[in-house]
Amino acid sequence: MTHQPTSNASPRAEAPKAAPPRPIVRARSPLIETRSVCKNYGAFRALEDVSIAVREGEFVSIVGPNGAGKTTLVNLLTGLLVPTKGEVYFKGRNIAGVCPVTLATQGMARTFQLVQIFPELTVAETIATAVITRQGKRWRLLSPLPQDAQIATRVAEIAGMFGLSSRLATLSRLLSQGEKKLLDVASAFALDPQLILLDEPTSGVSTAEKHAVMTTLVGAARAAGVQAIILVEHDMDLVAAYSHRIIALSEGRVLADLPPEEFFADPVIIETVVGKRRGVSC
Amino acid sequence: MKQGSALLLVAIAAGALALVPILAPPFYANLLVPFYGYAIALLGFNLLFGYTGLLSFGHALFLGLGAYTAAVLAGLWGIKEFEVVLLAAALVGLLLALPLGWLAVRYRGIFFGMLTLAYGMLAHAVLFKFYHLTGGDSGMRVPRMHLLGLEFAAYNKIELLAGPFYYYCLTLCALAALLMWRIVRSPFGLHLRSLRDNAQKAEYLGVRAHQFRLAAFAISGIYGAVGGTILGFRTGLADPELVYWTHSGHLVFMTVLGGFSSLLGPVIGALALTLLQDQLQSLTQYWRLVLGAILALVVIFLPRGLAGLAFDVGRLHGRRSASSTANTTETA
Repeated sequence: MTHQPTSNASPRAEAPKAAPPRPIVRARSPLIETRSVCKNYGAFRALEDVSIAVREGEFVSIVGPNGAGKTTLVNLLTGLLVPTKGEVYFKGRNIAGVCPVTLATQGMARTFQLVQIFPELTVAETIATAVITRQGKRWRLLSPLPQDAQIATRVAEIAGMFGLSSRLATLSRLLSQGEKKLLDVASAFALDPQLILLDEPTSGVSTAEKHAVMTTLVGAARAAGVQAIILVEHDMDLVAAYSHRIIALSEGRVLADLPPEEFFADPVIIETVVGKRRGVSC
Repeated sequence: MKQGSALLLVAIAAGALALVPILAPPFYANLLVPFYGYAIALLGFNLLFGYTGLLSFGHALFLGLGAYTAAVLAGLWGIKEFEVVLLAAALVGLLLALPLGWLAVRYRGIFFGMLTLAYGMLAHAVLFKFYHLTGGDSGMRVPRMHLLGLEFAAYNKIELLAGPFYYYCLTLCALAALLMWRIVRSPFGLHLRSLRDNAQKAEYLGVRAHQFRLAAFAISGIYGAVGGTILGFRTGLADPELVYWTHSGHLVFMTVLGGFSSLLGPVIGALALTLLQDQLQSLTQYWRLVLGAILALVVIFLPRGLAGLAFDVGRLHGRRSASSTANTTETA
C-alpha cells in the first residue's frame, strides 16, 4: 500500500515533546526480521504476510488499533508463539518456536503490557535474577548470593539507571505501580540485551510521568548498550518523540513502515491507526 | 528478625535439643528421633513447595524409599555401616527422583500434586502386592547398624536410639539444614524463588524452568530418602504405610503447621506435631479430630505457620524494646 505524505497530521503529532534520536548505525543485515509471517487462531487470521525488519541502532514503534495484531507480532518475535507460516530471524537464526530462555541468552529481552514482577522478591533480588543469568552463575548451588560482589555491583548499577537505588531492599509487591513498571523493565535490561521489546511500557503510568519513564528507558538503553528497541505503544506522542521508524498494523497486515515525519503526514494512516480526527492519542 | 538474632535462636534451640538425652527420660529422646527424620525430609520437601511452588502429595514415597533401601542393604545384603546406607539411600532417591520429576515438573498446581499422589499410590501398590520382594504388608526388617564404625553392642535398642543415634541424627539434621541454607541463599535458590513467583517472567529472564524444577525435585528426593532411612532405623521396619498417601499428607501438615515461607518453618512444624501428637494420643482417642481442627485453625489464623508467628512476636518485641529505649532517652 502506498501513502502520499501530506501536511494534514495531527497537531499533537506535529509537536513532539522531544526530538527523535537518529539511528546510530545502519547495519547491513537486520537484527530481527519476519519474512511473510502468518498466524492463525483456528479460522481467524491474526497476521497475514507480515514482513518487517529492525536493524542495529533503530528504535522502531509498532502501532495499530486494537485487534490489529500487535501483541501477536510481539509474541511471534519473542518465541511465545510459533508462526503458522513464514519465518522469524534473530541475528540471522530462525527462532520460530525457540524458548524464551534461549532468546534471553542470545540477547533478546522483553517486557509485558501488564506489569510482571516477582511479588515476594525484593527489587535487588528481581534484578539479580537476570544478572545471574547474564553472568552464567545460575547453577551455583552453594555459593552465597549476598556475598557475590560482581552480582551486587551490577544490580546496583542497573537499579541506579532506573532510579531504584533506594528501593533495593523493598519487596516488589510493595512498590508503586510506576516503580513496578520500572522494575519490570530494569530486570529485562539486566540481561544486557542487544534487542529489547517494550510492550506498552507506560501503560498504567500517569500522563505526566510517561515522558519521564520513556526518557529513563532510552537513557538506560544507551547506557546498557542496547542495539535496537521495539516499542508497542498506543500513545502517539511517545511514538512520535522517540521512534526512528513506525510500523502500523491494521487487520493483521502491515499498513505502513515509515519514518515519523512521513507517517504523521499521511491522513489515511492516521485515520486508520487512531481514528477519524479524534486527536492522536488513543 | 535480623540474621544474627535468628542464628542465636537456632543455636539455643540446637543446644536445648542436645540436652534432651541428658535431662529428660529416654522416652523423650526416643520420641524425638523420628522428628529428625521428618525434619531432614521436610527441609527437602520445602525446597520444592516453599521455594519452588510445587506442592507434592506423594513425597512420602521418598521416605519409604530410604527405609526400604536400608532394609535391603542392611537386612538382605548385610551392609552394617549406616553411613554407606545413608549414601546409598541418597543415591537411590536421586535416581528415582530424576525420571519421576522429569515427567512431573512439566505440570504445575493441582496437576503436579495429582501426579505425585499417583506416584505414591503406585509405590504403595507395588510394595503391598509384591510380597516375595517387599514382604507385603509385613514390610522388611531394618536391622541395627554401626554408627561411624562403632557397633555400640553394649547398648540395647532404646539406649542406642536415645543416646548415640539421637546425637547422630541431631548432627545430620544440622548439617542438612546448613546445606539447605546455602542452597536457598545461592543464585540457584533465587532462580527457584523467581519461578515460584512468576514463571513466565522468570523464563524471559533466562531461568530454565524445567531444569530448575527438576533439580529441586531431585534434591527434595535425596533429603526425603535420607529422612526415611532414619525412620527405618528407628522402628526397625520398612513397611508400605511409609509411602501411603496419608503419610504424604502428614508431611504437608507439618509444613503448613510450621510455615513454608521460611527455611526452618517445616522443622518447627515437625517438632510441634511430634510432641503434640504424642500428648494428644495419651489424652484422647479422638486425637486425629483435634489435629484436624488445629490444622484448620492454623490455616485460617496463622497462614505463615508457627515460624511466622515467632517472627511477628520477635518483631513486635524488637519494636517495643526500641520504643522503651527511646522513651528512656527522652525522659533522661
